[in-house]
Amino acid sequence: MQKILLLGDEALAQGALDAGLSGVYAYPGTPSTEITEYIQASKQAEEGGIHCDWSANEKTALESALGMSYAGKRALVCMKHVGLNVAADPFMNASIVGANGGLVIVSADDPSMHSSQNEQDSRVYGKFALIPTFEPSNQQECYDLVQYAFNFSEMFHTPVLLRMVTRLAHSRSGVECKSPKAQNLLNIPTNLKQFILLPAIAKKNYAGLLGKQNDFMSHGEKDGWNTLTLGKDRKLGIIASGIGYNYLMENYPDGCPYSILKISQYPLPVNMLTRLAAESVELLVIEDGYPFIEEQIKSIIPTPLIIRGRLDGTLPRMGELNPNIVAQGLGIKVPDFNIVPEVVKPRPPKLCDGCPHISSYNALNEALSDYVPGRVFADIGCYTLGALPPYNAINSCVDMGASITMAKGAFDAGIFPAVAIIGDSTFTHSGMTGLLDAILDKSAITVMILDNETTGMTGGQDSCAFGRIENICLGLGVEKEHIRVIIPLPKNHEENVKVIKEELEYKGVSVIVPRRECLQVIGKKHRRR
Amino acid sequence: MKTDIILAGVGGQGILSIAATIGTAAVAKGLNIKQAEVHGMSQRGGDVQSHLRLSDKPIASDLIPQGQVDIIISVEPMEALRYVDMLKPDGWIVTNKATFNNISNYPEAEDIYNELKKYKNHIIIDANTIAKDLGSSRSANIVILGAAAKFIDMPYESFEEALMSIFARKGEDVVNANIKALHAGTEAAEKYIKG
Repeated sequence: MQKILLLGDEALAQGALDAGLSGVYAYPGTPSTEITEYIQASKQAEEGGIHCDWSANEKTALESALGMSYAGKRALVCMKHVGLNVAADPFMNASIVGANGGLVIVSADDPSMHSSQNEQDSRVYGKFALIPTFEPSNQQECYDLVQYAFNFSEMFHTPVLLRMVTRLAHSRSGVECKSPKAQNLLNIPTNLKQFILLPAIAKKNYAGLLGKQNDFMSHGEKDGWNTLTLGKDRKLGIIASGIGYNYLMENYPDGCPYSILKISQYPLPVNMLTRLAAESVELLVIEDGYPFIEEQIKSIIPTPLIIRGRLDGTLPRMGELNPNIVAQGLGIKVPDFNIVPEVVKPRPPKLCDGCPHISSYNALNEALSDYVPGRVFADIGCYTLGALPPYNAINSCVDMGASITMAKGAFDAGIFPAVAIIGDSTFTHSGMTGLLDAILDKSAITVMILDNETTGMTGGQDSCAFGRIENICLGLGVEKEHIRVIIPLPKNHEENVKVIKEELEYKGVSVIVPRRECLQVIGKKHRRR
Repeated sequence: MKTDIILAGVGGQGILSIAATIGTAAVAKGLNIKQAEVHGMSQRGGDVQSHLRLSDKPIASDLIPQGQVDIIISVEPMEALRYVDMLKPDGWIVTNKATFNNISNYPEAEDIYNELKKYKNHIIIDANTIAKDLGSSRSANIVILGAAAKFIDMPYESFEEALMSIFARKGEDVVNANIKALHAGTEAAEKYIKG
């Protein structure tokens, strides 16, 4: 069969489509965005009437997918790793209610923080929720594993987690596809109380989940996603998970002399691990992300074996792996390489020429020039680049929505004026509830909702806030005369400074909406025409 | 057959189109390919790079090991130098001469060229001017691909066929403009080598 060239994200999406998917629910986030975008562009999805519109945030996405699973159909939820924090409440409790139609939750980690605030490892969440977790190592496995994951989810009536990492999500390779499976028919759960987590039912469900753990593990021992290959040289046994396996094999083009346990399915296969330990003098764990396996095997393996990995410094504690780092961990000599000359200067990302955020920051900086600096709380999006010179315009960026609530807390502590900077899509993701807090408390903060009419940083996805920001603010209780819409253009600079200055001095909640469409999106529309 | 390539440039300069062209050509030839891209924040005017690996055998890692790159193909000269630690001792650097200056401490262009010339195998051509002279200033990236084509172990026609299939939906004019850009790049590289 002809292979098609797909990103890891796209292979996963195509795998889900061919598994009889009925809906994908997601909020954009690097490196997970392309999964949903692939389905949105897919003819197969359109013909199958598959749901693929963006959700307001990861929590609403996961809950909607749970509803689709309740109805007996297969649902996929996609998010970046920090999105799983937003969805943690439904995630932890979905594991207790279980699934009816297959429910696969994809969380894409970003080791080395290429486009993220942290490098948290989603496998920890999988263990936390006691649900099966899968970790593909290549694009073909992305396609195949998501199909297995849907079947597994239905076989055990449990949601499952599929963990991606940036390097696989955004790497392309040839993938062989199978013929698509039909969607499930509507099928209400046989037990109509299964999804009601009253304590009496929750206790029963939780006991059921605990009771499934051995089955989860035994499938991991025999279904072929975890494989144990004994080597000629028993000095070292290597446990390699996900794409860590690729970096290992890259170092042994003619075959690895040591025993290898390749891991792509959790909970960890205890029998395989025990066998590997019995056959080895020393163990090395190669995993991209946290020392997740390394920490667990210390309590699994009976003998006082030496275990090497990220914890003992054989591999670095943080950052993504690569073939050279793994070579060093294996004690393989790395050849000398050229030194990058000093003439090469860093080229950090920056706001595009003519970006509306530039005009917003220039106006804000001037309006704030009479105050002591250190009062601007920003959020997640392109406008976070306002932290860099020449703007140096913001003082915080923590998590989705934290701008408004941190400004509120800072005001409560005595900082006045306090400014929140938040994008349109981030506002409907997680800013609205914080704004309600500020309104109810009459906190004197100035909220600037930078409305570029799209989700910009991730490449211009539709924003749930489009066309409704003023009405949302009015509905929440912001006074009409303190909702000020401005056009962030250099020619409006004086006028915009004046508006911001007026609202900074107002002793209540005011909202300023600098509104101008993202240039990237305009360019994209133009190219499409 | 095995070719490991680093594609380099600044976000928005079209290195992913180069990658797509080589990738399409490789798949049509039945070769294995892995190509790691950079999406997200860095695309906003920052340095971007893509690891592109072609082989007739299975490829393990999505990332190329340091010091093993056969060719650095760059749409910007300083960006070519950013990855010289990845280059093999006898590897090639094929780069655009035209600088993309969007930082305040951008070095003198001559200093960059002098550094590039320290590497045994290099080709420096002004792809922006070549593309502009052809009347398609947006295909400077394909000019660079043309300059690098003969160092990639695939028949030349496979690149032409790949461009045809990638740009087919944009119409014949766009296809022809890109094929012309490819040829112009190849010619410029030959001229450069001859000195």
